[in-house]
Amino acid sequence: MTGLFTSIAQCAQALRARQISAVELAREALRAAQTHADLNALISVDETGALAAAERADARLASGTWSSLSGIPFAHKDIFCTSGVRTTCASRMLADFVPPYDAGVVERLHDALAVSIGKANMDEFAMGSSNENSFFGAVKNPWDTARVPGGSSGGSAALVAAGVVPFATGTDTGGSIRQPAAFCGLTGLKPTYGRVSRWGMIAYASSLDCGGVLARSAEDCMHVLSAIAGHDPRDATSVARGVDNYADALRAPLQGLRIGVAREYFGAGIDAGVGATVQAALKQYEQLGATLVDISLPNAALAIPAYYVIAPAEASSNLARYDGVRYGHRCAHPTSLEDLYTRTRAEGFGAEVRRRILVGTYALSAGYYDAYYLRAQRVRRLIANDFVEAFKAVDLIAGPTTPTVAFKLGEKSADPLAMYAADVNTVAVNLAGLPAISIPAGFREGMPVGLQLIAPAFAEGALLAASHQFQLATDWHRRTPGGAA
Amino acid sequence: MSMHPGWQAVIGLEIHAQLSTSSKLFSGASTAYGAEPNTHTAVVDIALPGALPVPNHAALDKAIRFGLAIGAHIASRSVFARKNYFYPDLPKGYQISQYELPIVSGGRLPVRLDDGRVIEVELERAHLEEDAGKSLHDAFHAATGIDLNRAGTPLLEIVSKPVLHSAQEAVAYMRTVHTLVRWLGICDGNMQEGSFRCDANVSVRREGAEKLGTRAEIKNVNSFRFVEKAIEYEIERQIRALENGEAIVQETRLYDAARHQTRSMRGKESADDYRYFPDPDLPPLAVTLADVEAVRATLPELPEARRARYIGELHLPEIDATQLCHDRATVEYFEAVLSGLRTRDAGPGEKGDAKLAANWVLGEVSAARNAEHLHFDAPRVSASALAELLTRVREGVISGKIAKDVFAAMWSGEGDADAVIEKRGLKQISDTGALAAAIDAVLAEYPSQLADYRGGNEKLLQFFVGQVMKRTKGQANPQQLNALLREKLQS
Repeated sequence: MTGLFTSIAQCAQALRARQISAVELAREALRAAQTHADLNALISVDETGALAAAERADARLASGTWSSLSGIPFAHKDIFCTSGVRTTCASRMLADFVPPYDAGVVERLHDALAVSIGKANMDEFAMGSSNENSFFGAVKNPWDTARVPGGSSGGSAALVAAGVVPFATGTDTGGSIRQPAAFCGLTGLKPTYGRVSRWGMIAYASSLDCGGVLARSAEDCMHVLSAIAGHDPRDATSVARGVDNYADALRAPLQGLRIGVAREYFGAGIDAGVGATVQAALKQYEQLGATLVDISLPNAALAIPAYYVIAPAEASSNLARYDGVRYGHRCAHPTSLEDLYTRTRAEGFGAEVRRRILVGTYALSAGYYDAYYLRAQRVRRLIANDFVEAFKAVDLIAGPTTPTVAFKLGEKSADPLAMYAADVNTVAVNLAGLPAISIPAGFREGMPVGLQLIAPAFAEGALLAASHQFQLATDWHRRTPGGAA
Repeated sequence: MSMHPGWQAVIGLEIHAQLSTSSKLFSGASTAYGAEPNTHTAVVDIALPGALPVPNHAALDKAIRFGLAIGAHIASRSVFARKNYFYPDLPKGYQISQYELPIVSGGRLPVRLDDGRVIEVELERAHLEEDAGKSLHDAFHAATGIDLNRAGTPLLEIVSKPVLHSAQEAVAYMRTVHTLVRWLGICDGNMQEGSFRCDANVSVRREGAEKLGTRAEIKNVNSFRFVEKAIEYEIERQIRALENGEAIVQETRLYDAARHQTRSMRGKESADDYRYFPDPDLPPLAVTLADVEAVRATLPELPEARRARYIGELHLPEIDATQLCHDRATVEYFEAVLSGLRTRDAGPGEKGDAKLAANWVLGEVSAARNAEHLHFDAPRVSASALAELLTRVREGVISGKIAKDVFAAMWSGEGDADAVIEKRGLKQISDTGALAAAIDAVLAEYPSQLADYRGGNEKLLQFFVGQVMKRTKGQANPQQLNALLREKLQS
């Protein structure tokens, strides 16, 4: 841990005071990336691009015009298309794919003069909860390299936790920002569906995919969200609605805040130690002025089965474009069209991706569509209604982000169902399209525990405020694998 | 009436009309035909990772326009669905179409058959979808070329109910739709370029049977004549098979134009499972009442209404009215000629104006145009130039016969009517003195015929008319000539 990257604000202050230049900061991050190469957190390092971006930021800083992210190094999850920079989605299928265009999120961070040092490792096509499903190999958790960092934004989480960069972009389809944030002791924000552009963000499950951020604190997440939130006419699901002033929102006090504690989130399968740690954090919320309200989300248990029908169904269609015809992996010497398709896709996709394509194809097939896909959609509405009902009485809903702390590498990779069960507290949020955040709440056996807060649609400001106020009073988020910063 | 006693054919058509928008259904790429392969392709059209579709509202408006023209229901909420299948010219591995909730449903269209009967054809639906690219199998040795310029082009798939009962009815319906989509300005109707094409679902059943027979789908037939031939062939094939005790297989068949027959597209029928589901990239299309009314306000008078008005108000014969109303450009040209004629009239307009204009538009102009495959939107003789020419006929400056020569000269670019008449010296001789001199000369030249006429052979009148015309190079005013000649013959 270099100490340089404890927060975005600290970096920005140093830049403005000319204690350090953006180029020096970028070099520092590139050096740190090399130091932590054993984590396998980056798929591509873009030194040239990073230094060019840093020079641009320095020029702007010299002219006195900057944003809070100007000159701040970061990494993009390798799911965001970056013009001229290889974008693999951690798949052999796209191992050599260089997009000719930037994703909406990439453009916005580029415009904010943030400095991308490269592309973070992830589960292939964002399918996974451990970052073991990467064509480029598993990522290790900086807190314990025998453990997984979580997934699918595992590379992003590991980079920030190791102090290589102060923030990284991520995507969250069923918990892929919040779960790795919890496993790595970070603050991870999944915004409302439609708040952040999906243009250029490689699709896994279109109705659930959501771009967001992993950082050390809610305040840092606020800076990044302020940059990436907003309407994008190139994404028909992007919402045309003004963006709140999240910096102002951050100051809202905890007094009077009603936090719903969902009893289903502390149900069977939740590690007792994790549950207790989260309860203790909630007690602290109470001491800080919030009111805890016992609530129920009766359909919570249906979220996993509904999710594992809808997400694979959409994925089976979204991934049909990888056919070896126009770009990406193509099998050698195809003998027929069918041979081209089958070998290209068998070779190009990993086991978990193939499994989900098969499951999704099955769920959409004639004769099964009503029983699986349509039924899952009905369940989805029930789950969304649970939240609507709950938010009549509370402002936020809380629970453990994950049932356990980070598990060991290889521990669950042979058992897909056990792996899927790790998403039990996060997937419902995606099905309902709501914003949620995971913040560090304490430790269990030396590993970080995450507290998840869920808000009504577009209430990111409330999430950030509740997290920030908690972080002003606690230091869990300041702990790093190398000790407190 | 059936050509196959005891049998009834049941036909439904799926017409694909390419909507004439400048950009594609879900991307900003151009829809222009004939560009270099793969140059009209945005990242959406080649399905790069992360590319997302955004609906083109111009296409939506055109679909609504069609729906209103056939009195259909316009859905306030329609849904784009993905039709999943793998093919090299289908870049995403799925086609974005509409499945359960199309933009247009129901509606009906009066279809005029060749024998003058009118049938009301009910429509099932019309939905928006994107076209696929093209596979070029012959362009490369041992490889297939893919051109994605067409991928994503907006189509309106117009689906009739299975209510047509002969190849002739099917073609008449197809022609009516073809006229309508061009009339509405939503499709250029160009069949060579594939802008208007058709799949036909054909089955046969015993006369009086309730249950529909097993159908075959004939794919992608791109001319009226081929549709007629293909359906005729298919009806006969199915009847022959059933009469021989064979079963009809539900299958897709291709029309082979060289052999005038259809043949099975696949060796064995695989049940296609397109795994339709609502496209999660595209929220349901919302259409408000105000949106619909805005489109309705721009609807032109429809062909059938226009035809009725021509018969009722302009007193045109039915056949003329029908022919004029085949396409809007013809109608517009005709009306411009007519209004030009009327402007030149001092009075309220002669009753014969409409018929005169119709004769010329359907006669000389159509013939000249057809000879060069020109359309009425780019005629060589403008409507006002034609109106001027016809005015000269009515004024007696030239005869109708001479006018045809003048028209031909105008068509080949010799100038307007007056210039051609002037240059070629075609003004009618209406001067009594000059005419009288010509008649006198002819009578003097043929004394024996004159004696015969005066002896009672009145048929010789035409002989003298012909001779005078010859002498005046056709420029004699026919009415004057007749009157003067009779006068002289009797004197």
